[in-house]
Amino acid sequence: MSLLKSRTGILVMIGIIVSLFVPVFVANKFYIDILSLILFSAFLGQSWNILGGYAGQFSFGGVIFFGTGAYASSILLTTFGIDPWIGIFAAIAAGALAGLFIGFISFRYGLRGSYFALITLAFSEVFRVIANSVEFTGGGVGIFIEHAPGIKNLQFTDPAGYYYMALVMVIISLAIAFWLERSRFGAYLIAIRENEDAAEALGVNAFRCKIYAIMITGAMGGAAGTFYAQKYLYIDPPIAYSIGMSVEMLLVTIVGGMGTVFGPLIGSFVLHTVNEVARHFIDTPGLSLIVYGVILVAIIGFLPNGLIGLFKSQKKQTGGKSDA
Amino acid sequence: MLAMNISMMPAAVLNGLMFGAIYALVALGLTLIYGVLHIINFAHGAMLMLALYATFYLFKFAGIDPYLALIIVIPGSYIFGYALYRWGIGKLSHGKDQNILLITLGLSIIFENAAQFFFTADQQTISLSYSYDSFDLGFVYLSYPKVISFVASLVICLMLWWLMATTDLGKAIRAVAKERQGARLVGINVENIYAITYGIGIACLGAAGCLLLPSFYVDPYTGNIFVIVAFTIVVLGGMGSIVGALVGGFIIGITESLGGLFLGESLGQIGISLIFILILVFRPTGLFGAKQ
Repeated sequence: MSLLKSRTGILVMIGIIVSLFVPVFVANKFYIDILSLILFSAFLGQSWNILGGYAGQFSFGGVIFFGTGAYASSILLTTFGIDPWIGIFAAIAAGALAGLFIGFISFRYGLRGSYFALITLAFSEVFRVIANSVEFTGGGVGIFIEHAPGIKNLQFTDPAGYYYMALVMVIISLAIAFWLERSRFGAYLIAIRENEDAAEALGVNAFRCKIYAIMITGAMGGAAGTFYAQKYLYIDPPIAYSIGMSVEMLLVTIVGGMGTVFGPLIGSFVLHTVNEVARHFIDTPGLSLIVYGVILVAIIGFLPNGLIGLFKSQKKQTGGKSDA
Repeated sequence: MLAMNISMMPAAVLNGLMFGAIYALVALGLTLIYGVLHIINFAHGAMLMLALYATFYLFKFAGIDPYLALIIVIPGSYIFGYALYRWGIGKLSHGKDQNILLITLGLSIIFENAAQFFFTADQQTISLSYSYDSFDLGFVYLSYPKVISFVASLVICLMLWWLMATTDLGKAIRAVAKERQGARLVGINVENIYAITYGIGIACLGAAGCLLLPSFYVDPYTGNIFVIVAFTIVVLGGMGSIVGALVGGFIIGITESLGGLFLGESLGQIGISLIFILILVFRPTGLFGAKQ
């Protein structure tokens, strides 16, 4: 087991070092841009994974935290002139608060499973309509962020800048998931996922644990919002609270493997690669999403543990043999 | 301004009632599937969209009147739903509820984008010779398509209620809904009943598609408009309750119509989602749902 652990550790170190030097060796900026997108999507997937994968609370409204974070830092920047370096922490706080609010309402009244999925979907609609109707979000017009490249503004002319920023975020998200798997809190979450009543009978405060989980998810989503706003320099309600992005978060995680450290990263990598390849051959709107849907159905039907399950089940089998 | 809005209220209520009947039909399929299979059919909106396209193309290429198309689209939808559950959803989900939620989500992604691929993203409408004829009730005009869809929805709800309450099939479906294992023990083919129920639920959508098209439009994302609304109605009326779906449909239809009148287009949409959240939080069994 310790060998396995260290082997994973070595692989992670190699992975980090290789990814640090990717922009040096890959000259084509197009690929760097796609890689940033893969990392961004993996980060969002990981945020969903904390609540959905580990704690087993399927949310269909993961985009709420992303949108709230994006608005928080963008409003601070455009209205009050506060740097996104401070803004990103405000976004993290705003995401966590949104998580607290939604978690409190849903978990306080014992909503589980499909009901929780539906209420988060409804909340994302409510947030979208509110953002569309009030003034300080710019309403339906949205918020334009001034183009002012520089590390101070978290804006870069070279795509490699966004690549490194996304890379740092993904490494932090992997560390959070890694910590979760080894902590008592993570064990509580997994216990809640497997059987909430049994976990409570053993003294786990399920309500509090789920609130913490949704706040971590919210905080990560908020940070992703700032990243998006500083990269694309524009947000409006349909972007900030799009159902499509909520779906993408759970999609990359489920395809890669729910409740695993590397699932969202693997899922994001595979799905985006498939998407780009499909687009290369037939560039028709809708086709790549059909492929996404087929992959989702196929994964649920034939690989319920996700792509990462392909490796895990082999390990377990060999482990069992050596024991016997 | 307010006085004018209040004078328009009876018309808004009546219009809400007319649209609510179609909502009820959409929700009826959803509540039936939930009540028996205990799953949430996330592909409901996408399947309504497919029914709308079926009606549209029957009209465009074969010249079949949408109301006449009921006799083709309803059985067609039933067969589609039955086959999809029997050889698709049921097999792939391994019997886990959350898997079904995700598979139906995957199906809705596939259907929507396949529709965009084959039918393009353009909005399509049809116009019938009697589309703009209407009854004059003195304070409001009611167009023929709205009145026909209102009456037809009520008839279909009544037929479904009759099917569930009096026939052997209805009895078997109710038995499976109450107690899977017990139903299996007395010789009911549970898998078959599941597929039949799913088929009936989709057949309701087929009917809704035919009745909706003359006064509405279709594009690959039409279904999305109805997803949250249908879930709201089902939760409001009580998951699995036929009467609840009908009453819930009317309530939501009127709420939406009045919300649009008093709060404006943009903010008016919020009413549905808020009702949904409040019901889920304070009375998850709904108005007519059984206590758990």
